[in-house]
Amino acid sequence: MSDILVSARGLEVHFPLRGGKGVLRAVDGVDLDIYRGETLGLVGESGCGKSTLGNALLRLVPPTAGTVTFDGTDLTALGRRAMREMRRRAGMVFQDPFASLDPRRTVAQTVSEPLEVHGLRSGRRERAARVGELLELVGLDPAVAGRYPHEFSGGQRQRVGIARALAGEPDFLVCDEAIASLDVSVQAQVLNLLRRLQRQLGLTLLFISHDLSAIRHISDRIAVMYLGRIVEIGPASAVGSTPQMPYTQALLSAVPVPHPELERTRQRIVLRGDVPSPAAVPSGCRFRTRCPAAFEPCPDVDPALQPVGTAPDHVAACHLHGVIGTPVDGRTAEDVSAAPVD
Amino acid sequence: MTAVPTPGGIPAAPAPGEPMVARPARPRWRETLGLLVRDRTAATAGLVLLIIIVVAIFDETFASQGPNEQDIPGRLQPPSWSHPFGTDDLGRDILSRVILGASVSLKVGFLSVGLALVVGTLIGLFAGFYGRWVDDALMRIMDVLFAFPAVLLAIAILAIRGPGTSNTIIAIAVVYVPIFARVTRASVLGVREEVYVRASRSIGASDFRLLTRHVLPNAAPPIIVQTSISLAFAVLAEAALSFLGLGTQPPNPSWGLMLAEGNEFINRAWWLAFFPGMAIVVTVLCFNLLGDGLRDVLDPRQRTLMAGGGR
Amino acid sequence: MSAVPLPAADPVLEVEDLRVELRTPRGTAHVVNGLSYAVGQGETVAVVGESGSGKSVSVLAMLGLLPPRVATVTGRAVLQGEDLLTMSPERLRQVRGPGAGLVFQDPMTSLNPVLSIGKQLVEGIRAHDDVPKAVARRRAAELLGEVGLPEPDRALDRFPHELSGGMRQRVVIAIALANSPALLIADEATTALDVTVQAQIIDLVERLQADHGTGVIWITHDLGVVAGIADRVLVMYGGRCVEDGTADDVLERPAHPYTRGLLGSLPDLAAPLDPDGRVPDLATVPGLPPPPTDLPPGCVFWPRCPVRSDPRCETEQPPLVTVGPGTPGRHGHVGRVLEHRAATWYQEGTAR
Repeated sequence: MSDILVSARGLEVHFPLRGGKGVLRAVDGVDLDIYRGETLGLVGESGCGKSTLGNALLRLVPPTAGTVTFDGTDLTALGRRAMREMRRRAGMVFQDPFASLDPRRTVAQTVSEPLEVHGLRSGRRERAARVGELLELVGLDPAVAGRYPHEFSGGQRQRVGIARALAGEPDFLVCDEAIASLDVSVQAQVLNLLRRLQRQLGLTLLFISHDLSAIRHISDRIAVMYLGRIVEIGPASAVGSTPQMPYTQALLSAVPVPHPELERTRQRIVLRGDVPSPAAVPSGCRFRTRCPAAFEPCPDVDPALQPVGTAPDHVAACHLHGVIGTPVDGRTAEDVSAAPVD
Repeated sequence: MTAVPTPGGIPAAPAPGEPMVARPARPRWRETLGLLVRDRTAATAGLVLLIIIVVAIFDETFASQGPNEQDIPGRLQPPSWSHPFGTDDLGRDILSRVILGASVSLKVGFLSVGLALVVGTLIGLFAGFYGRWVDDALMRIMDVLFAFPAVLLAIAILAIRGPGTSNTIIAIAVVYVPIFARVTRASVLGVREEVYVRASRSIGASDFRLLTRHVLPNAAPPIIVQTSISLAFAVLAEAALSFLGLGTQPPNPSWGLMLAEGNEFINRAWWLAFFPGMAIVVTVLCFNLLGDGLRDVLDPRQRTLMAGGGR
Repeated sequence: MSAVPLPAADPVLEVEDLRVELRTPRGTAHVVNGLSYAVGQGETVAVVGESGSGKSVSVLAMLGLLPPRVATVTGRAVLQGEDLLTMSPERLRQVRGPGAGLVFQDPMTSLNPVLSIGKQLVEGIRAHDDVPKAVARRRAAELLGEVGLPEPDRALDRFPHELSGGMRQRVVIAIALANSPALLIADEATTALDVTVQAQIIDLVERLQADHGTGVIWITHDLGVVAGIADRVLVMYGGRCVEDGTADDVLERPAHPYTRGLLGSLPDLAAPLDPDGRVPDLATVPGLPPPPTDLPPGCVFWPRCPVRSDPRCETEQPPLVTVGPGTPGRHGHVGRVLEHRAATWYQEGTAR
């Protein structure tokens, strides 16, 4: 588990707002290591920047600051051409299977595109054979290769999308809300497929979703994102059952489960108000405006990730576990932590 | 050319309301042609256009009389067996002149629109796809061209380069370039943001590939429609310029010129303007109908409906 | 086949043998095929199903919101004593506001982007209640306060795009409740929202329901939401109700193979691990629902059913029959037992 495939350091993606009125901090200082062969679940509410982070890790959106290292290579330093070649090793599966396939190209043309782009199979016949293999791998009949996307259901299209992402034999697969637009029973089919492929091909998987149940089901580790920052990360069992950051706790408590008895008895942490705009991130801890446990140091110190709970590698950015982090406006960490906090 | 058997197995089951149709695995262009033929309106339009084009190419063979052969005593004759379309004020056979005019009118139409299509689409494609300064630079130039009234611009170009058929083609093309650029750019702006373009980028496709395989094909429908409309207007524009004495030079016939010349006799001899006018109307109509049909047939979603719906 | 179980003393809505056919280029689509249920005062009926199950179309049909040239609707849908299906369009329009309020999935599509929130609310109030503008405006502000919009007076002058998704959905709920309807229909009303916001909206609807005694039809695909809010659950498949009963019965003791499949395809963290220490794969329902233009003659679920064995499955439609003792409902009918029924030929062990 110690072999790191993808690593981000100080990653920032800021978008200038129209009219030059400040910036939108979609990703705002993310340090993240993704280990070879693991499934990392990235969860958060809409607008938290999880999708942008997934895209930035593949340099599909240019980072404003920070670095992304892929298997030892600094992606942010690569030229356009070298970057394009690098893309063979990382695939992406998108949310909407109706939008992510070119309506004017057949399944075969779509799936074989990576083969053509990277010159992986020479000759029409060999490419067709490989397309057949890939379709079989994702549970589609190779005979459907000549059809167009509109002839398929959502789940089948998503399988085509997965086949395309796998065509270049990547090491790393980013699934960006890949099951969000599918029906419940189809979600299960795709989740099972992804798990099987991950095992079978030894893939490293970044599974981005707002669906905590799915995330908990598929992930080895879970990272929770809030307003452009990772606020808690750790083993799926630890984050899923004993979350240490109030935001994660609220998120978990809000997920409805299909058991009426449990639903009736459990205590829901209802958060106040809405997520602040990523164009106006609160000072200090960015969750403090909605946090039920906010206290003195929260507006003054931007909390750093620190070890929490009992599981190894479980970290969270929260002052409840000790005031550690970058002080706001020039005060030193010592100043703040020296102040009595209890 | 055998049909693909409907694959069994669950993954190939049809989506609700979307029955799968086993389509023959024919080459795409043959399939396209086949579907176009099944679209009766477009097929008829195509056939008529084909006849017009063949006539225009072999005009010398079809024209019964030299186009400039005058017969003053037999001037302004109404349609008859010997002169089906009648004769004009100089006694020239109108049918022969319409046939010979076809080659001029069509040549101007096709070449000017073809030129505008290629240049305008390229400009629109780059402007829309790359955005930022490329877009600003290219589209400002287009705006300047677009700001001139079309006829004024064409007249200015012809005034500089002198009258004549090839200069008429260039003048009309220049007028239409910004239109194609704008239509293409607008369409590309929409397609550029599509997830499948991002998906293709994510697997490492080059810009050239994105543009040619994904962006252009999906941005094409409005361009096809614009082409068919422009072909029609180009024929009319040639008429207008000839009328002003800047396009085709008399005594050579073109439909526009004939229409203009016939104009002054409209009360006494309707056939002078009527037949070249009809030629323009029929051609223009056929271009439009064929354009609509092509747009539908090139869309795989429509294709399935058409192939499945029979008829 | 037993009769429709009686709901709480006073049913707000009674649907009987509702059928909807749509003419499509591919033939007649049988989208809803004989749906019967009732919603009592203060009761929440959850209609559950996947896309294409007919769950949304059934309510659109009741409210006359399907294009009449395409849709044929038969059956009865009695709202407070009046049959919606035989009503004149004029009367239906009058009934829609005070009778039944609608909340759709995407709040942006139900709000007019160029009108302020206040204008839209005032319009809604005055369409059914002839009060002066100032009075309507005051009531609009009250409503916004009631649905939890901060600074309701100022919110009146804001436009939909200035609000977050959750706030927009609150506005839509406020509009739906403007005429204190007897029935609120929420069609995937929280699907597009984040879970924390979804929790807020569900709390809101439950509170308003308790205050006003509104009957609620909650259409959703999310069985977790159903577990939290429903008195009665109706599972739809292929345009039919394949199982109904209280949330406890349907979710904890599902009888129909489809309901079981649906529940099995949800990740359940309580499930035991595989022998190799991994989380087990999810159970899935293989295949896809049948196209509504081409429904199988027997049980609609038969082609995908993992436990089909009865010879009647393929040929004969199973009736909706009682499968269990039933359990007491939650709000509207304290102490009354609601039946648990399912339409399947499949019976565990020997026939019950």
